[in-house]
Parts: sequence; C-alpha cells; structure tokens
Amino acid sequence: MLVNQFLLLGAVLFCIGVYGVLARRNGVLVLMSIELILNAVNINLVALGSVQGPEAAVAGQVFALFVVTIAAAEVGVGLAIVLLIYRNRSTVDLDEVDLMKG
Amino acid sequence: MLEHIWVIPTVTFVSFWLILFLGKRMPRHGAEIGIAALALTFVLSCVATFQWNARPADEVVSPAGEEVHAEEDPSGGHALGQVHALASEVAVEGEGGGEAGHEIEPIRSAVERNVTWFSLGDVTVEAGTLADGLAVVMLFTVTLISLLVHVFSTNYMHGDVRFTYFFAALSLFTTGMLLLVVSSSLLQALFGWELMGLCSFMLIGHWWEKKPNSDAAMKAFLTTRTGDIGLLVGIVIMFFAAGQTFDIATINDLALTGGMGETALVVGALALFLGVIGKSAQFPLHTWLPDAMAGPTPVSALIHAATMVVAGVYLVARLYGVFWEAFDIGAGGINPIAAIGGITILIAAALAFVQTDIKKVLAYSTVSQLGYMIMALGVGAWTAAVFHLFTHAFFKGLLFLGAGSVSHAVHSFEMKDDMGGLRKYMPTTFATFMIGSVALAGLFPFAGFWSKDEILLGAAENGYRLFELIGIIGAFMTAAYMTRCVYLTFFGRYRGHGHPHESPPAITGPLVVLAAFSVGAGLLNFPGFELFGELTENRVLLLAGVEHHAFEVFPAIVSSAVVLAGLAFAGMLFFAQRLPRGVTARNGLARAGYQLLVNKYYLDHLYTGVIIGSIKGRIARAAYWVNQKVIDGVVNAVGIGSAGAGAWVYRHIDQQVVDGAVNGAGFGAEGFGGILRTIQTGRVQQYGALLFGATAVLALSLVIFI
Repeated sequence: MLVNQFLLLGAVLFCIGVYGVLARRNGVLVLMSIELILNAVNINLVALGSVQGPEAAVAGQVFALFVVTIAAAEVGVGLAIVLLIYRNRSTVDLDEVDLMKG
Repeated sequence: MLEHIWVIPTVTFVSFWLILFLGKRMPRHGAEIGIAALALTFVLSCVATFQWNARPADEVVSPAGEEVHAEEDPSGGHALGQVHALASEVAVEGEGGGEAGHEIEPIRSAVERNVTWFSLGDVTVEAGTLADGLAVVMLFTVTLISLLVHVFSTNYMHGDVRFTYFFAALSLFTTGMLLLVVSSSLLQALFGWELMGLCSFMLIGHWWEKKPNSDAAMKAFLTTRTGDIGLLVGIVIMFFAAGQTFDIATINDLALTGGMGETALVVGALALFLGVIGKSAQFPLHTWLPDAMAGPTPVSALIHAATMVVAGVYLVARLYGVFWEAFDIGAGGINPIAAIGGITILIAAALAFVQTDIKKVLAYSTVSQLGYMIMALGVGAWTAAVFHLFTHAFFKGLLFLGAGSVSHAVHSFEMKDDMGGLRKYMPTTFATFMIGSVALAGLFPFAGFWSKDEILLGAAENGYRLFELIGIIGAFMTAAYMTRCVYLTFFGRYRGHGHPHESPPAITGPLVVLAAFSVGAGLLNFPGFELFGELTENRVLLLAGVEHHAFEVFPAIVSSAVVLAGLAFAGMLFFAQRLPRGVTARNGLARAGYQLLVNKYYLDHLYTGVIIGSIKGRIARAAYWVNQKVIDGVVNAVGIGSAGAGAWVYRHIDQQVVDGAVNGAGFGAEGFGGILRTIQTGRVQQYGALLFGATAVLALSLVIFI
C-alpha cells in the first residue's frame, strides 16, 4: 500500500480548504473550508500512522478522533458567531465585517 | 544604695521629661511630679548617708602612699557591674613625714562602680559612680535644698506663664548637680557641670521678656563659659597626664604618688582652677553672680545654696589630690587657690555694703562665702571647706528664700525704697531670716560659727597666717553687712506701699526647716563628736596627709569677738545712729571709695568697655571683611556657577537629550503605528492570507535551508 495516494489526497483537500478560507465570502462556506483543512490533516494522521506499524496506527486514529471532536466544537462556536453576525448585520459576507479596521 | 547611687540623678532626669511632656495636663501643672521626684531622691540620699555611716572602716591608707600600686592589682580592674572598692590593705608602717609611729585609723573605702562608656582604639572611657562621704553629704544637701525650693516655688511661682517649664528646668538643674556629685570620671562630671550651665541660663532668663533678664542670663552663661574653657583644657591635660583615664580616684592617686609629670600637674591644675573661678564666681569672674539675681528667687536660692556655684568648690574638693600636689598646699605661705579665695572674700564683702537690692546683698555674700570655701581648700583645711559648704547651703538657702518671702509681700527687692519695719508684719520670715543672718555672721552656736571657725583655725595651723587675718576681717565685714541688711529690711519704719502680710505655709514651711538646719547643722562637727569630719574622711586626705584640726577655744573667742564687733559697729551705725551719717557726701576719700564700690570696682567696665570694646571693633571689622570678601565671594561664586551650570544643563541636556528621547519615543511609535495600521484591515480573510503566506514562506525556508 502506497501512502503517497493518501498524502496526495490530503494535500488536495488542504489546498481546496485554504482556497475556500481565503476566497469564499460566505462565512458558512469559510467554516466548511476549515473543516476540509482539518479533515485533510486527519487523513494525513491516519495514513502516516498506519505505515509505521500497528501501535502508531492506533495513535494516529485516536489523534484523528480528537481532531474531529474539537472540530465539531469549533464549528458549533463558529456557526453561533456567524448566526449573531447575521442577526446584527443581515449578512454573512465577510468583506462587510471589517469593524476591526485600524 | 551606695552601689546603685546612679538611681538618684536618674530619678530627677526622668522627672524632667515627665514634667515636660505631662506637666501641663496635671492638676498642679507638673509641680507635683517635681516634688515627688525630689522627695524620692531625698529619701534615697538619706538612705545612702545612713548606709555610708554604717559602712565598716576597712581601708587603711598610710600617708607615704607606697602601697598604691600593690593594691591596684588584686581589685581586678573595672569589670562591668563589679563593685570596685578602691583598696583594703594592711597598713604599711608610715615612713617619712611626721606621722611615723602614729596608729593609723582605718577609713571607709569609697564605692566605685564603672561601666564602659565607649572605646576609641586602645582607650576605654568609663562612666560610673563614686560614692564616698563627700558624695553622700552633697547628695543629702542638694536634694534637701532642692526639695525645699520646689515646695517654695509652688507658691512663689504660682500663676507664672511658664510654671511647668520652670519646674522642668529645676529638675534638670538638680540632675546636673547630682550627676556631678556622683561622677567617677571627669568627663562625666563635665556633663553635669555643663548641664548646670545650661539650666542656669534657662532659669536666670526665665522672665526673658525683659531685656535685663535675658542679658543677665547671657552674661552668666558666657562668664562661666570663659572659665569652662580652662576646665576643658584641664580635663584633657589630666587625661593624658594620668595615662589616658578620666577616673577621678586614679587621677588623685597618681597625683599624690608622683605618677604625673610636674609641669602637666601644675598647668592642668591651673586650667581646672580657671573653671572653678568661673563656676564658683571667684574674683575676677564673679561679676555674673549678682546679675544672676534677675532670675526668680527660688532659682537664686538653688544656685547659691546647693548647686551651680558650689560645683566649683566641690570639684576642687573632689580633685584635691591634684590641687594639693600641684600648688604644694601643705607647705604653707601663699598659693593661687588661697589667694583667689582671700581676695574674693574681701572684695565681695565690701561690695555687699553698698547694695540696695536685698538679693544682691545676699549674692555678694555668697561670693564672699565661696571665697571662704576656696580659701579653706587653698590653706589645706579640706574638711572645714566641705563643712562650710554644707552649713552655708542651709543658711544661704534660708536667706534667699526669706528674701523671696519678703519680696512676695512687698513686690520689690529694694531695701531702701520698699522695705523696713517688716518685723511686725512677717514674724515667721523675720525670725527665720534672723537665724540665717546670725548663722551667716558666725555667732555661737549657729552653723556658720563652727564651719567658719574651722577654716580660720585650719589657716592658722597650716601656716597661712595672712589668710587667717583675711578670714577674720571677712567675718567682721560679714557681720556688719548682714546687720545693715536686716536693719533695712525688718527694722525702722515701713517705707513701701500697700499692706505687707506673712507668706503662706508653702513659703514659710521651707524657711522653718532650713532655719532648724541653720541652727543644728554646725553641731555635726561639735568638738569631740566630729561626725562630719569622720564621714567625709577619705583616701586622698590620708595620702596627702591633710590634717584636720580640732576645735580650739582661744581662736573661737577671737573670731566671735570680731563678729560681735562687726555687729556692734553696724548696730551703732544703723540702730543707734551714733556714727556720723552722710560721711560719703562730705569726705572725698569716702566718696571715692563709695563710688568704687557702687561701680563694682569698674570690673564690668573693664570687661565690656575696655577688653571687649578694644577687641570687638577689630574683630568685627575683620569678620566683616572676611564675610564680604571671602564668604560672600564663595557663596556668590557658588550661586552664579550653579545657576550657569543649571542653565546649560537645561538647554542642552534637559531640552535636547532628555526631551529628545521622550519625544522621539512618541514620534517613533506614532510613525511606526501609522505604517502598521495599513495592514490592519479588519478583514479576516486577509489575515488568513497573511497567516498562510507566512507559513508557506517558513515551510519553504525549512525545506530549503535544513
């Protein structure tokens, strides 16, 4: 089994995620892109763990599970923020939200 | 008590602070603290006196003084807290001198106790107490007189603006004298001595709002200070001559056993005696004492009877070994101490004749009597001098307090203008004043008779015939001027205004007590009894071979006759008015003499006019020049220089460097912030882009460089 394919998949997913984060203007889609980045990292963790032997495989999977858990929490918080922004400003366009401009 | 004699000055010292801080809040404004403290010290002094009397005579000293060095060693030095009894040794056969073959009686050894005060290099200076017969007798006298003066003052000073302050100063004054009396070292004694100088200044100038009073205080301070320079020099000479110690007993021993250089001894003794002349108001520095009458009367009583002026006499008595050896007192003839004392007796007694102020009569009388004491010390009659100090304290205290009582009634001190005939109005004061007067004149059997007689006898027996004659003339004059004083005050018709009345018990009480002592104190040295002489017997007297002469009838009759003649002479002059009056107006010689006396021998003119006047101008001019040219120049240069330096610093350092740094920091932060704010767009995605870009750059550099 070649690990390269998994790593390639992870890299593609990561790049798509980064593109989404940087380019999408919808706040919800930015959050979804962050999920893509995190899952790309998960694939890498599981794939790299499984090629190093059974114990490392378990460690990689457990690590991935932690990431999934924290990602769920993060999305919860992120969606709440987006919801509040929407309520206050009637938009989720991130270009409109620049109150912190120096 | 004798080991813990330090308690006595401590009590009055504590009392001083208590009165100062709490006095104003007390119901009697601090007087009760002072009286309680003095009563306590008086009781303690009595205890000390009785303990001294009960102390076994265990020290044997031979006039040869050979054993001094042998017995210094076993006593073990001056360890802390250890009683240092001077010596107790078996008698060495008196060899050389006329005492050989005599059975030498043991005496009580002095109780000396020292602690280390401070150390400078190898020199350790000790402070401590020395309790012997002289000290306990002085303690008794000082505390008794001071107590009575305190009681007297409660009434006399009643309602005074600085009542509390007055009592505080009295306490401090007494502390000074007590400290001097119990000191075992000269340096410590100097503290007591100067403390008294300070307090006399404060008390003489008590009513300083009036210029003459503050002038008198200043004069007393400066005149005694003139003598104190000598005292200080003398103490330093003694310190080095005795091998770097201030210990009085050691200095006396060394002086008597030839352990000091001859020159150092003589110069040191002369310097010390200068201090005595200033403090004890001897000719020619006596001029401050009559002026010191500007102070309240209780203060005068305290100064004249128990403290201050007798401090000088006490110092000579205490350091008698030094003076004895330096001036060769045992040899007879003439010496500085006796000469100064003798001159003082006569000139002061003469001055007492022309005074119209009752206190000034008494002041000159004190000067004259101090002359007796100094002369007695000068002619080797040590016991007689100390005994005269003791008895004089009582009758002079009595006379001053009596004068205070009189002035309390007539509100004046002028005998010629405001007194006369007070005998009828003030019976108690009159009776006690009479007792004091005859005691001062020296009539049998009052106190003054015994002590004065001992002085005259001592002078005769020790080969000082001239001074015996002076003493007899002085006795005549004393009797005469006291008669004049009593006549002007209490007899004739009342010349003042208002209605004089007898003083309250707080004033007459002390008078009665002192009158009792004036009658009885002389009996302490009654022939065959000699308690006083036995109590004050000490090592120095035995080492030096000072002889105490017993009472003799014939000289006593002569001196009594002279006193009676004096009384009769003045009595004829004033009471019977037999002698021609107005002689000073008619006879040129008498007028000249009178003028001389009224002007106090022109001594004040000499001091202020001639000496100070001739020096003052030049010194003032020189000082002015120095002031203008040197001091002002330096001050101005410093001022201008520092102003210039300040201006330069302001322009260059403060304005440019410091402010530049501060402003630069501000401007720099502003500019940098202006640059940085352009990337602070508030857009999350731009931040993200920066983040990812930076990460990518870091990752690339990681790959490339590592």
